[in-house]
Amino acid sequence: MENLDEVYNELIMEHSMNSYNKHKLDHADRCEKGHNPSCGDEIELELKLNGNIIEDIAFTGSGCAISQSSTSIMADVLRGKTIAEAKEITKTFIEMIKREITDEKELEKLEEAIAFKNVANMPARVKCALLAWHTLEKMI
Amino acid sequence: MNSEEIKKDFPIFKNRDITYLDSGATAQRPQCVIDAIDKFYENKNANPHRGAYELSIEATEAYENTRDKVAKFINAAHKEEVIFTKNASEALNLIAYSYGLDNLNEGDKVVISIMEHHSNLVPWQFVTKKTGSKLEYMYINENYELSEEEIKSKITENTKIVGITHVSNVLGTINNIKEIIKYAHKMGAVVIADVSQSIPHMKIDVQDLDCDFLAFSGHKMLAPLGIGVLYGKKKILNNMNPFLMGGDMIEYVYEDKTTFAPLPNKFEAGTQNVEGAVGLGAAIDYIEKIGYDTIENIEKDILSYAKSELSKLDFVETYYTPNKENHSSVISFNIKGIHPHDLATILDSEKVAIRAGDHCAQPLIRYLNLPATCRASFYMYNTKEDVDKLINALKKAYNMFAKFIK
Repeated sequence: MENLDEVYNELIMEHSMNSYNKHKLDHADRCEKGHNPSCGDEIELELKLNGNIIEDIAFTGSGCAISQSSTSIMADVLRGKTIAEAKEITKTFIEMIKREITDEKELEKLEEAIAFKNVANMPARVKCALLAWHTLEKMI
Repeated sequence: MNSEEIKKDFPIFKNRDITYLDSGATAQRPQCVIDAIDKFYENKNANPHRGAYELSIEATEAYENTRDKVAKFINAAHKEEVIFTKNASEALNLIAYSYGLDNLNEGDKVVISIMEHHSNLVPWQFVTKKTGSKLEYMYINENYELSEEEIKSKITENTKIVGITHVSNVLGTINNIKEIIKYAHKMGAVVIADVSQSIPHMKIDVQDLDCDFLAFSGHKMLAPLGIGVLYGKKKILNNMNPFLMGGDMIEYVYEDKTTFAPLPNKFEAGTQNVEGAVGLGAAIDYIEKIGYDTIENIEKDILSYAKSELSKLDFVETYYTPNKENHSSVISFNIKGIHPHDLATILDSEKVAIRAGDHCAQPLIRYLNLPATCRASFYMYNTKEDVDKLINALKKAYNMFAKFIK
């Protein structure tokens, strides 16, 4: 693998080790657990909604740098978005990891979550990057 | 022979630049095993036990020759005590279904160790639930070993089955299965020994152990994927119902009833994996040519070198018994602050192949209170240079993560 530094980049490392999104919400409206049985990655996502707007997202859990930072960065990106926008971003993220995006411009809507683009080249780690997003899909 | 010379017999190391430290998952294959499979297809391929023609008879011979070879290799008293399966998991399931379901009753106990691979654990959960019997675990002590007190407190008079791994695939602990078998027999239980992790590394003698059943996979001991062995004492196997039914395992089939073939065919339904058996035969020949004494010496050296080099890295945590005579072939470890999967990815970028995760032993990992572990496992072809590469890759990983660990 040639692009190790591109995957374990500053942003991903900071979010995985020292995430300010890693805590419980006081009055969460929705809560969902996600788990990768083969890896042992576990997260619990919490959402606070205001109408159709995601007012806040936080998570708790444990796992590898990819799964934990992906969850944290997802929280940053989706905070303040409408549910429809969150659905669209989630779909794009999953397509990016599965290498189904042909138009690079589409990736712009992912904001910081574009940092995971190179995980698409690491088949063994795809599940780690997708855990948070698949968990969110069940909640919105 | 040393491991550098042995390594030359394994073509993968010529074709791939890899430091392979995952033989606990599956071993690599020497050229002679690969050639044996080729020769079988080039010269002897036919459906065994079926045709009256020469080619089929030769295919049958090729298959049955390996049965003889396995019987001698594990010192079985009778060749029909050797049943071919697709792997150890299938062998263990066969025992659970064909022996466990029919011989367990309410109030009975099945006792296994917390070190079992899921394949010697999940089937017993199923069978004990189905029969109303109870599943109990023997737990390890602070040295990652089973104490005599623990064994004696769990295996009691209502224990009907004991399942025990010879070597833990996570910890490398060698269990004293001979003593466990002796004690379990005193209590009236039958014992299943899972030797998947030990038979690649040490001599197994079923008569000396006196185990009632024994299971292993071929692919961890240089044989092809998809061939495994169940050994069972003839008297017990004869009294068991078949596991899978169909072709080749029958005697007479009527519209409403069937009589079954004698051992070993009773437990080998359908066209069998002859190529796998032939490869297993070649693997046994190779192991015997190298000799278990040589294998054990090589591995003892490499294991103690790896432990001493790892102990120099203060950021590495290891999980193995301090009693080195009870430790075989695998080392589990973690770097504090780095998840095992991230570590495995970084090691992979240095072409060092290790395993990370729960190693098909979730109850053990949970009992150890760890999220997962990294595991380096060694075999006869691993050299000190392989260990040095592991150590260098670990240093790189630590340096990558160190500035973020707070």
